[in-house]
Amino acid sequence: MSTTTALAALATVLQVVAVVALSPVVVGGMRQIRARLEGRAGGGIGQPWRDLRKLLRKQQLTPAGTTVVFAFAPAVVAGTTLLIAAILPLIALGSPLDPAADLFGVVGLLFLGTVALTLAGLDTGTAFGGMGSSREITIAALVEPTILLAVFALSVPGHSANLAAIVSATAHNPGQLVSPGSLLAFVALAIVIIAETGLLPVDNPSTHLELTMIHEAMILEYAGPKLALVEWASGMRLTVLLGLMANLFLPWGVAGAHPSMLAILIGLVAISLKVALLAGVLATVEVFIAKLRYFRIPELLAGSFLLALLAVTASYFFATPTN
Amino acid sequence: MTQATYNGVLNLAAGAFLLAAVLIVWRRELRSIVALLAWQGIALAAIPLTEGVYQHDGALIVVGVVVLLLRAVALPLLLAQAVGTEAGERRESTPLVNTTSSLLITAALTVLAYAVTRPIITLDPSPSTRAVPAAFAVILIAVFVMVSRRRALSQAVGFMMLDNGIAATAFLITAGVPLIVELGASLDVLFAVLVLGLLTGHMRRTFGGTDLDQLRELRG
Repeated sequence: MSTTTALAALATVLQVVAVVALSPVVVGGMRQIRARLEGRAGGGIGQPWRDLRKLLRKQQLTPAGTTVVFAFAPAVVAGTTLLIAAILPLIALGSPLDPAADLFGVVGLLFLGTVALTLAGLDTGTAFGGMGSSREITIAALVEPTILLAVFALSVPGHSANLAAIVSATAHNPGQLVSPGSLLAFVALAIVIIAETGLLPVDNPSTHLELTMIHEAMILEYAGPKLALVEWASGMRLTVLLGLMANLFLPWGVAGAHPSMLAILIGLVAISLKVALLAGVLATVEVFIAKLRYFRIPELLAGSFLLALLAVTASYFFATPTN
Repeated sequence: MTQATYNGVLNLAAGAFLLAAVLIVWRRELRSIVALLAWQGIALAAIPLTEGVYQHDGALIVVGVVVLLLRAVALPLLLAQAVGTEAGERRESTPLVNTTSSLLITAALTVLAYAVTRPIITLDPSPSTRAVPAAFAVILIAVFVMVSRRRALSQAVGFMMLDNGIAATAFLITAGVPLIVELGASLDVLFAVLVLGLLTGHMRRTFGGTDLDQLRELRG
C-alpha cells in the first residue's frame, strides 16, 4: 500500500471518528444556542455526551412481544450512518469507499436507516409507535426523492453522480454556485435536511407531546444503551447531512484525492468550522419559527420537491452546450 | 455585454419568472400573491431589456421599459387596490385542489412544458429559445391557477400570469416583437384588468363576496 492511499484511508478513518465523537457536541451546541437565545441557562455543550454516558450505564430493557426487528434497528441506523460518514467527501475527496457508492447509494443508506426505525416503531405494537412510524414515513416519502433531485441538479455541471466529483467540480468552478439551478437546489436541500433531522418547523425533538411528536413517538419504547445508540445515530445523521451540505455549497478546504498530512488537518478544521457555522445558523433560525401543523408539512415538502425539480430542469435545460 | 453575461442574465430572468409562478401556486395570502406578480413582471421585463442591450436594439429597450412600467408597477398596484378594499377577504379560501397536490401538479406541468417545447428548441438552439420551456410552463401553470382558485381576484392573477407567459414566449422565440404589437397587447391587458377590477367591485357590492363557488345559485 503506497503512502498516499494510506493517508486517504487515514482521512476516512479520521472523518468517521470525528463524526462519532463530535456529533453529540453539535447537538449540544445547537441546544445551547437555542437556550441562550430564549433566555435560559442551558445544559452546556457537553450535555448530550453526559446523557449518552448515563443511558449507556443503564440496564437494557426489552418490551414484551418485540422481535428481532426492534432489537436490531438501532444498530442498523447507527451502522448505515457510519457507512455514510465513511463514504462522503467530508475531510478528503479520495475515500477508499468512494468508487463503491455514489449519491444514489448514500440516499439509499439514509432511507434504510429510516425504514429500520419505522419498522421498530411498528414492532412494539403500541399506538404511539405506529403513529410515529406512519408520520415518519409520510415525511420520508417526500424527503428522499427531494434529496436525490437536489443533488442530481448539482451533479449536472460535474457530469457525474459521484459525490467527490461533484465537490471537486464545484471547487474548480465556484461561478456555477450562483446559477439558478444551484440556488434552488440549496433551498430545497436546506428544507429537506431540516425535515429529515427533525428540526423545528417540522418536528420538535425536545418535547414528548403526543399530538406533535414524530421521531420521539417511534423510539418511545427504547431504553438504556439502545436509546443511547438511537440518539447518537440521530445526532450523527444531522452532522453528516450538515457536512454534506457544507461541502456541496462551500467546497473550500477539502483535501484532494491524494492528501498530505497537513491537508488532512486543514480539511478537518475546515469541515468542523463549516458544520459549526451551519448548525449555529439553523439553531438561531429555529428560535424564531413555530412548529408547522402536521398536515401542512406535506405542503412544505412538496414545495421543496418542486424547487428541487426546477433546479434539475434549470441546470439541465438552460445549460448552454459547451461545443 | 459579453455572451456569458447575456446567457447568465437571461437564464436568471427565466428562472425567476418560473419561480414566481410556482410561489403564486404555493402562497394563499392575496397580498403576497400580488407582490409575487409584480416580481414576475420585473423578471419578464428583464428579458427584452437584456436582449435589447445585447443586440443594441433601441426599440426592444423601449418595449422592455413599457413592460416594466405596466406589469411590474401599474397592474399590481391596481390589483393591490382591489385586495385592499376587500376587508376580511385577504386570503384565498381553500383551493379546489389542495396545496400539496397543486405543487405536484405544477411539477408535472413543468416537465410537460419541457417535453412539448423540445421541437422548438431543436429548430434553433440559441440561449433564448432554450429558456422557452420556462415561459411555456408559466402558461400551463397559469391556466391551472385559473381553474383551481375560487376567488375572483386570484383568478384575475392567473389571467395576468397567462398573459405574462404568452408575452415571455413571444420575446424569447421571436427575439423582439414590433413595438406597436406589444403596445396593443399591453393596452389590452390594462383594460382587461380595469374591467376585472370593476366587475369584482360590483360583485362584492351586490353579493358581499367574490367566492365564485357561492355564486352558482340564482338570487332574486
